[in-house]
Formats: sequence, structure tokens, C-alpha cells
Amino acid sequence: MTLPWIPLLTFLGVFVPALAIRGGRTVCALTTAIAPAIALGLVLFTYLGHDGEEVIRTSLQWLPALGLELAFRLDGLSLLFLLLILGIGLLIILYTRYYLSEKDSMSRFYAFLLLFMTAMVGIVMSDNLLLLWGFWELTSISSFLLIGFWSHETAARKGARMAMTITGAGGLALLAGIILIGNVTGTYDMGTVLESHDLITASPLYPAIVVLVLLGAFTKSAQFPFHFWLPHAMAAPTPVSAYLHSATMVKAGIFLMLRLHPALSGTELWTVIVTLTGLVTMVYGAWFAFLKTDLKGILAFSTISHLGLITSLLGLGNSQALLAALFHIINHALFKAALFMAAGIVDHETGTRDVRKLGGLYRLMPITTVLTCIATVSMAGIPPLNGFISKEMFFTEALASQQFGGLAWIVPLLAGLGGLLSVAYSLRLGYATFFRRPRQEPPKTPHEPPWPMRFPVELLVALCIIVGLVPTLPQSPILEDAVRATVSGEMPEFHLALWHGINPALLLSLAVIAGGIVLHLLHRHMIRFNRQFRSQDARYIFEALVQRLVGLCQRVIDRLENGSLQRYMFFLMAVSVLAMGLGLADLDMLTGSLGQQPLDPVVVLGAALLIMGGVLTAALHRYRLISLLMLSVVGLVVALTFARFSAPDLALTQLSVEVVTMILLMLALFFLPQKTPKESGGARVVRDVLIATGFGGAVASLNFAVLTRDLNSISDFFIDQSVPGGGGHNVVNVILVDFRGFDTLGEITVLAIAGLAIFKLLNRLRLFMPATDMEGRLWSDDRHPTLLMVVSQTLLPLALLVSFFIFLRGHNQPGGGFIAGLITAVALILLYMSRGVEWAQQRLDFQFQPIAIAGVALSTFTGLCSWLFGYPFLTSTFDHFHLPLIGDIELASALIFDGGIYLAVVGATLMILANLGKLTTAHRPNKDMP
Amino acid sequence: MEALYAITTGILTASGVYLTLRGRTFPVVVGLTLLSYAVNLFLFSMGGLTTHGAALVGTNDQYADPLPQALVLTAIVIGFAMTAFAIILAMRSRGDLGSDSVDGNRTDREDPRENKA
Repeated sequence: MTLPWIPLLTFLGVFVPALAIRGGRTVCALTTAIAPAIALGLVLFTYLGHDGEEVIRTSLQWLPALGLELAFRLDGLSLLFLLLILGIGLLIILYTRYYLSEKDSMSRFYAFLLLFMTAMVGIVMSDNLLLLWGFWELTSISSFLLIGFWSHETAARKGARMAMTITGAGGLALLAGIILIGNVTGTYDMGTVLESHDLITASPLYPAIVVLVLLGAFTKSAQFPFHFWLPHAMAAPTPVSAYLHSATMVKAGIFLMLRLHPALSGTELWTVIVTLTGLVTMVYGAWFAFLKTDLKGILAFSTISHLGLITSLLGLGNSQALLAALFHIINHALFKAALFMAAGIVDHETGTRDVRKLGGLYRLMPITTVLTCIATVSMAGIPPLNGFISKEMFFTEALASQQFGGLAWIVPLLAGLGGLLSVAYSLRLGYATFFRRPRQEPPKTPHEPPWPMRFPVELLVALCIIVGLVPTLPQSPILEDAVRATVSGEMPEFHLALWHGINPALLLSLAVIAGGIVLHLLHRHMIRFNRQFRSQDARYIFEALVQRLVGLCQRVIDRLENGSLQRYMFFLMAVSVLAMGLGLADLDMLTGSLGQQPLDPVVVLGAALLIMGGVLTAALHRYRLISLLMLSVVGLVVALTFARFSAPDLALTQLSVEVVTMILLMLALFFLPQKTPKESGGARVVRDVLIATGFGGAVASLNFAVLTRDLNSISDFFIDQSVPGGGGHNVVNVILVDFRGFDTLGEITVLAIAGLAIFKLLNRLRLFMPATDMEGRLWSDDRHPTLLMVVSQTLLPLALLVSFFIFLRGHNQPGGGFIAGLITAVALILLYMSRGVEWAQQRLDFQFQPIAIAGVALSTFTGLCSWLFGYPFLTSTFDHFHLPLIGDIELASALIFDGGIYLAVVGATLMILANLGKLTTAHRPNKDMP
Repeated sequence: MEALYAITTGILTASGVYLTLRGRTFPVVVGLTLLSYAVNLFLFSMGGLTTHGAALVGTNDQYADPLPQALVLTAIVIGFAMTAFAIILAMRSRGDLGSDSVDGNRTDREDPRENKA
């Protein structure tokens, strides 16, 4: 179980710098290093301590339905990469301490760095393909943050965005590839997938899988033609380049190819794509490295070239080639990280990275010069350094390659050409920076950097020498394990050595070195030769593409989304009609097996009234008051419909809601224009009528289809359990307050929130008040008609009594909290209307918000009470009590719940209507009021 | 009877949809209210159309389906809350933007009968 701790430790380390920065920059750097150091120790401890088994695995369930597990593994391949990631990471932390200036936020940088480290550790340790992909995307995001660290610079922002776009797009391709692999093998488990080589390669999806996975790997590892983001990512601070762009992130693609090598390789397709891409990238990168003048630019293109070398070895795919690839991964990480850091030192000390401005630094910075030159010689592949050994192995494999039949010579040719260019640019890098007579003074006078800043370079260069001179120690056990993890089947016989005797590879090496020196001498001519080609900056092409894409999206968006809600409504309705139409078209026949009930005159009359009301509401909508009256006809007949079809509760509710709704809409209409101007042209009216007719037709067909089919309802349970389980005879009410009490609780909460929102909307509303009605008549003077006054006041106690009665009987007879609440609200509103706000306000001097909130709280509290007795939320209970004089009475806890509903409905309704009515008075809602 | 019921629901829906496609707030709110009536009728009928079968235990042999009734009951109340919110929003938008167009971009001609409060 130690494995998950390794990524977790680095992740916890993300939060350390922000806390440690208070102790100063050195303290911050040291404490930040603690987590990766422990993780590194843990890796070694675990790997050395395991007993014989090849792969250490741990897995925790995460999302089993998706096949996603928190599964980690530690094998030779993971170990090799973990050592690079954590080891070089520690050196980078040290180096950064001296590289960043006082102005840069060190804690932020370290946090990003450790986030990135976590992502890389996660990639190499994942034992689940989906988990691997998650970490893969995390590297894209964290590298975006790191490249764009100096976010005030345009180049940094653009570089970061480009890297993010390219690697992110590759990540999506990889996800598609992984899902295809999952479909073929039925699992995302790494171990199973790696053993499914035959299954995967035999699948018809195999070509798609290879292409998608390789797209992911090539974009990440900057292979041609996706390489162009890497040089632009050099806008990052140099520690980032040294870490991400030499040792880790760009190796993630290589790692992916290595990891999936047992599952995907060994086919013609794999070999051709991977080998050719690698070789082309190698030569292309080396040529541009030779032409660049920026130190980091040279190193970036050199990195592309070396990544190409490794990729082509993966394409050749035999175990010796894999060994060479793994060995070169280590070597490249060592010398390239050292070179990037050295370039950072030169930049730091002289203020420029342009080799045309540099020169003669060996006098001023002798130690740095020596270190850099050793690393450069290693990069050029000159003995006796580590770079030579792996390059020699590469040449051996290239010469032995039998790929491409009669064109087999193309592999060693390109390999040699790449090697030759690499000698040339390495020579140029060392010569122009340190030995050539300077043409101009650098911006700053350089001197040796502080020792701790140089230390990482010293350590890496020392490793380069040790590995070169004693290649059998100490890395070969690690290499052996790594190769074992990568090849399926037999283990190759191998030994690493400087001297293999005189063989073709050595001769090729000598030729390449000689050619490289010649080319270096011809550098000026090469530059002139290159000048006749018009240079195409990848950044401009990329930016132009991005801009065109953005423009295209903008046009599409403008067409769809022009800010008109009316248009959105049209889209919504049109799509709904389409969806319903498609659904209905699937139906075998419209009429089901159930016979229809006979019509009776009352029903026909009701339907006629509904149809008339509905159509007139729509047809007369420009005359708003009349339209509203027609709407009220519909509402009333709907209430009667409910009564006709055995739903007394619904009829009562609809009736009282209808009253409240009409008062509300009338009040609102007072403050709005009384007429709608004629705006819609004929075409729009026709269009809307068509949509509406389609919609209505679809709904009618659907309704008819359901009504003529047999239904299998779950309601028998509710009817059977209503009395024994809920203690009530009115099943509808029992469902509301008991069986589905949680839904009801949600709904009164919504009601209360709507009331509160309306209260806020009314706050300081600017009003347009008409002085006369539509026809220009003044409003009546008789504001409070005597008759209404008398009737409403007489009715109030009666109405309250009725509502109380309806509330109490609700559990057994039609009624309940909703209806009772509405009746109370209507009675109070009537009082407001007849006596005016002033009068009512004096007598009902309290706010309504607390009532609504108290109602919701009471219902929630009733539900919570059942927890006290060890029952689930909202469990109800009831019992019969005997009271003297009154007799048997049944009390249910659901009654208290219903009481909450009552209060919420009264509070919310009055909050809406009374506050709206107060708008024209001094009592209007106002923020300044307490 | 079922056919007539379905046709009525359909016509109410159509009227509601037509109104929601208008360009002024008040007809849209009226349309939404009408649409919610239609939806309630539609939902209600999912339990079938029963005559003389109120779901009061002990009063009948054949009960109407109580579940759609319970759902529709809360739907009626929520529908009221929605209508109220929409109409107050319409008032607010007219107060702040000076227009009752749903898009909020057309200005009303000055109405001589109105004075700003």
C-alpha cells in the first residue's frame, strides 16, 4: 500500500511552498524539496524491498462502473522514469532557488512544479489506462501554467497556449484510442491490456487505435509535424525548460509508446509510422538546431532531434533497440538538463541567450565552460561519454535494420545525417558561446554563478562521465528491469561498453564526427544557403489557424445566439416538436387497445369552453385585459375538469390558485402597457402558428395514445398502504405529506425561494403607472367600495374557519395544507383589496418572509424528528387518542408536516401579492427599510 | 371522451406555445400559464380518466389513480410560483430597461398617459 503515497506525497507538496515562503526563499526551496525527497526514498525502498515479483501493484476502487481504478504499479520502466522525474526534479528545485529573481513568486512556481511532478509520477505509475490519461491531461495543464509563468510576456502566454492546444488535442486523441482499447479488451487494467497483444492487433479497430495513441504520443513528445510547440515553449523560465523539455514531459510520449509497446507494437503499421516519424524528426530537428541563434532555441530543436532518435528506435522495436532507447532516455535527460541549466546560468550572468552576442566566456566563467563543454560533447556523441555509447547502439541498430526492404539503406542514411548535424550544432554551441572572440560586449559582465546554482550541473555532468566510463554500473540493473517490463518474452543478452572493437557502427561514428566538424566550419555558408528559403514561422501559421477557427465559431455563434430570447424560444420549441415527432413516428399505431368512454353533454360543453378560452387567449393577446379574462375561463374550467374526473383535491387547489393568479396578473398588468403593439409580420405569425400547431398536435397524439393504452400503475401500493401505513383515508394527501413527503418538502422550499426572489425584485422597482385606463377614462374615485368592504370583513373569520377545517380534515377528506393555505391567503388578500394597504398594514403589521421560512423549517424539523427515534428522514407516525367529550381523535405527525406546508404557502403567497400591492404606497419594499 | 380530452389538451398547448413565442413579456407570461394548465391536464390524464372514483379509501370500489393527482397538485402550486416570478421579472425588466420586449432592446414609444413614479 505504499505505492499511492508516492504521487500523494508530491501532491501534498504542492501546498507546502505557499506556507513555507514566509520563512524566506531558501527555507521555501528546502521545505519544498522534502516531499519529493521522501517520495524518491519511498520508490527506492519499495523497489529494493520487494520479493522477486516483477511488478508491484496496488489498486483501489474508484469508479468501477467506468472501469476506472486508482491503480498504481512499480516495475522497471516506472522505476527508471521515477528516478529521472524525482531526481532531476530535486536538482531543479535547488537550481530554481537561485534562478528566479526577487520579483517572481517563488511559492507559485514551486506549487506549479510539484503539481507537474505529481502528474508525471502519476503517468509512469498508473496501472489503469484511464487513470494514466487523467494524469496525462494534468501534465498539459500544469505545463501550461509553468510555460506561462511569466504571464506578463506575450511570448510566454502564446507559447503556453500553443503547447496546451497541441498537447491537449493529442490528449483527446489518446483518450479515444484508450477507449477503443477498452472496447477491444473489455478492460482498462494495464496488466490485462499488456497481455492482449494478439487480441488487439487482430482487431479491425487496430489501425485506429495505433493512429490515435501515436497522435497522443507524438504531440507530447514533439514529433514532426507536431514539434513546433516546443521551441515556443522556451519562453518559459529555464528551470521549466530543463525539467519539462528535456527530462520529463516530452518523454511522456516516449513513455507511453514504451508502456504500450507489448500491446501495440510488432506490426508493419507500427514500425513504419514510428520509425519514419522518428527519423524525419531527428534530421529536421538537428538541421534547425544548427541554424538557430538562441541558446535555448538550439537546445529545443536538439531535444526534438533526440526525441526523434528515441522514437525511431522504438519503431525498430527489437529488444536491443529498446535497450538503446531506454539508455538514451537516461543519457539525454542527463546531458540535456545540464545544458539547459548551463544555458540558464549564461543567460542569468550575461543577460542574453543570443550566441551572436556571446563569446569568449571561457575566460570569465571557466568552471561553467568546462561543465558545459563536457555535456555538449556528450550530446554530440563523442567518446568517452555516455552520449557516445547510446548513439553507437543506435547506429548498430540502424545498420542492422531490415525495414523497408530494398530501401533499407534509408534508415542508416538518415541516422547518420542526424548524427552528423548533431555533432555540428554541438560544436557550434560550445564554440560560439565560450571560445569565439566576442563581437560585442554582453549586456552584463558575467562571473561564475553561486555554487549551489552550479551544483546540479556539476552532478549531472559527473553522472555523464561516470556512465560513459563505467557503463555497466550502476544503471544496468535498472535498465535490465526496464527492458524486461517493455519486451514481452525472451530477455536480450546485453552488455554496455565503450569499446566494441572496430565495426560498422564505429566507422559510421567516425565518419559522422568528421562530417560534423566540416559542416561546422561551413556554418556561415549554410546560413547563407538557408537564407534563400522563405522562413515560415510556425507560430504565425498556428495563430492564423486559431484565428480562423475562432472567427468561424464566432460566425456560427452569432447566427444562433444574437441575444434575442424570442429566437431562443423558437429554437427550443422547434427542437421539442422535432423530438416529439420522431418519438411518435416510432409508434406502431396511435390508437391503443383500450376502448373509449362515451361522451356526455357536460364534458362536451366543458371541452368547448376550454377550447374557446384557449384559442381566444392566444388570438386576442394584443388586448391584454381581454386575453387575461379568457385565461381565467380556462383556469376555472380546468378546475371543473379535475372535479369531473374524480380529483376533488386538485379542483380545490386549482380554484384557489386561479383566484390568486388572476389577482396577481391583474395587479401586474396595471403597471405594464395595456396593449401589445403589432410587431410580428405575417411570415412570423405563420411560422409560429405552424410550430404551435405541430406542438399541440404532438401533445394531443401523445395524450390520446397514452389514454387508449392499458396502464400499469404503481398506485395500488399507495391505496393499500394509505390507511395502515399513513393513517389517512385521502390517498392524495397521504402521498403528499407521507409517502412522497420529501418531494413536497422540496416544492414548498421552491415556493418560499420564489417568494423571496420576488421580494428582492420588487425592491426599489421603477414604476410606470398609467393615470387612466385604456380608453382614457380616469380611475374610479371610489377606491374602497363599501359593499366589498363589508362583505370581505364579514367573510374573513368565516374563511379562516373554513381553511382551518379544510386543513384538519385533509388527511381523510379532500383538503390539506396546500388548499387551506391558499384559502387563508385569498381571504387576507381580499382584505387588502377592500380596505387598502394602509388599513391592512396597521392590523397585519408583520413581515411575511419569516412565516414562509418558518413553514419550511417546521416541515424540515418534523422530518428530522424521526431521526431522534431512529427512523429514516420524514418517517411519519400516527395514533388514536381518546379525549373526553370529543371522543376518539386521530393525530398524525404528518399533520405537523402539513402545518409547515400551510405556513409556507400562506407566507409565500402573501409575500408575493401583498408586496406587489404595496408598490404604490409608502410600505413598498425598500432596501433601506429594516 | 378520450379523444376529446386529448384534442382539448392539444389546443391549449398550441395556444400556450404560440403565446410564448411572442415578443412582449405579458403575452409570454400568459402563454406560460396557459401552457402549465395544459401540462397539468396532460399529467393528470396519465392515470386515466375516472368518473366517480375519488381516491378516498372506503368510499368506492374503483379509485382514480392518486399518484398523478398528487404530482399535479404540487405542480399547480409551483406553476403559480413560476408565473409570479416571471411576471414580476417582466415588471422589473420594464422598470429597468424601459421596455416590455422580451429581448429588452426595443424602446417603447412614450405613453402620454403614464407618469413615472
